[in-house]
Amino acid sequence: MNVVIIKYNAGNIRSVLYALERLGIQATVSDDPVLIRAADRVIFPGVGEATSAMNYLRERGLDKVITSLTQPVLGICLGLQLMCAHSEEGNIDCLGIFPQQVKLFPPQEKVPQIGWNDIFNLKTPLFKEIKENSYVYFVHSYYAEMGENTIATANYINDYSAALWKDNFYAMQYHPEKSGDIGARMLKNFIDL
Amino acid sequence: MLTKRIIPCLDVKDGQTVKGINFLNIQSVGDAVELGALYAKMGADELVFLDITATNEKRKTLSELVTRIAKHINIPFTVGGGISSVEDVSVLLNCGADKISVNTAAVKNPQLIKELASQFGSQCVVLAVDTKYENGEWFVYLNGGRVPTTIKTKDWVKQAVELGAGEILLTSMNHDGTKDGFALDITREISESVNVPVIASGGAGKMEHFTDVFTKGKADAALAASIFHYKEIDIADLKRYLKNEGIEVRI
Repeated sequence: MNVVIIKYNAGNIRSVLYALERLGIQATVSDDPVLIRAADRVIFPGVGEATSAMNYLRERGLDKVITSLTQPVLGICLGLQLMCAHSEEGNIDCLGIFPQQVKLFPPQEKVPQIGWNDIFNLKTPLFKEIKENSYVYFVHSYYAEMGENTIATANYINDYSAALWKDNFYAMQYHPEKSGDIGARMLKNFIDL
Repeated sequence: MLTKRIIPCLDVKDGQTVKGINFLNIQSVGDAVELGALYAKMGADELVFLDITATNEKRKTLSELVTRIAKHINIPFTVGGGISSVEDVSVLLNCGADKISVNTAAVKNPQLIKELASQFGSQCVVLAVDTKYENGEWFVYLNGGRVPTTIKTKDWVKQAVELGAGEILLTSMNHDGTKDGFALDITREISESVNVPVIASGGAGKMEHFTDVFTKGKADAALAASIFHYKEIDIADLKRYLKNEGIEVRI
């Protein structure tokens, strides 16, 4: 299994790499379109700010590479947000794989949401053997709205998309690489798709 | 629903876990990675590793330790202790740390918080504050609680959040090591005055203390060390107890 993690200016790639290592997978970290296109699985992680990340992807043509991929792709955290249509963070158009808008949580509760929250209405084999209302680890100030692509829901102030799916594209707002054994199982499910 | 977090703190020196009573009399209690992995298995929600000797001694081993932790542990962890520059943080995050905590260096140079938040995001910038109640006011202490200042804790926390701190780790020196319970008043005051999560630290001795700090103290997370290290409270038991008390926890 040839897994490539997309290298760009939004960090936290190391944790994903180690999580895959724990599953016995040696992933490659690369921003080379040839290597990314040739991969069996592509992971698009990210922690950081949407506008600078989008600008970085566009400058290197990685935006077009990502949207043209046909193998299973998994966006994580900022990766999910960048795969949506538009983000309020810096008011920027994103990759548009999912039609969702990405919005800032209103200030009724503490922002960012940091910690373990449960996910429900789980769909697709990504959640094979994952129980409803399992807890996963979130760190984010912006969220993707609900929509027909939503395959897992979470609630913080309002319901939002904890995970999204369209064709070969999957994305998780939470960090499976930091969500204990449940997160590890979800990563394995993605690899096994 | 977002849960309250239980966070064991592992004070480390040369890769070993240590815990002092009132920041003194350090005793070694085990390997940091091994202990961290055990806590993760028992249900800890996060881990904090504080390199407590970093302010006084060089620490060549910290990045190696962080790498080892990141390879073996599948829950989030924060690294702190003597972090004073963007370069320090960059190294630790690249080794796999999820968050870093700053304390003394941020008081001496508040712009550090702004630089870290803009470069790495507020979500990974934890402001650690050691505070002591004296003459009717809570003051900030530096260098692991050894150096007093005239800075009021609530003013400093507010300023730090404006600069970009994403979380507050508040340790009451009056309570730390006493096992008489957390500092409920200052924790509540800080938690209500800022819109970022507050981790209460110092004073945990019984399970009831955790209930109190989440309800009366309005803390988002509670941190403890010795009661976990010496197995006085089992994390799994604690979380079952809190759930029975009606507090949302991850089990």
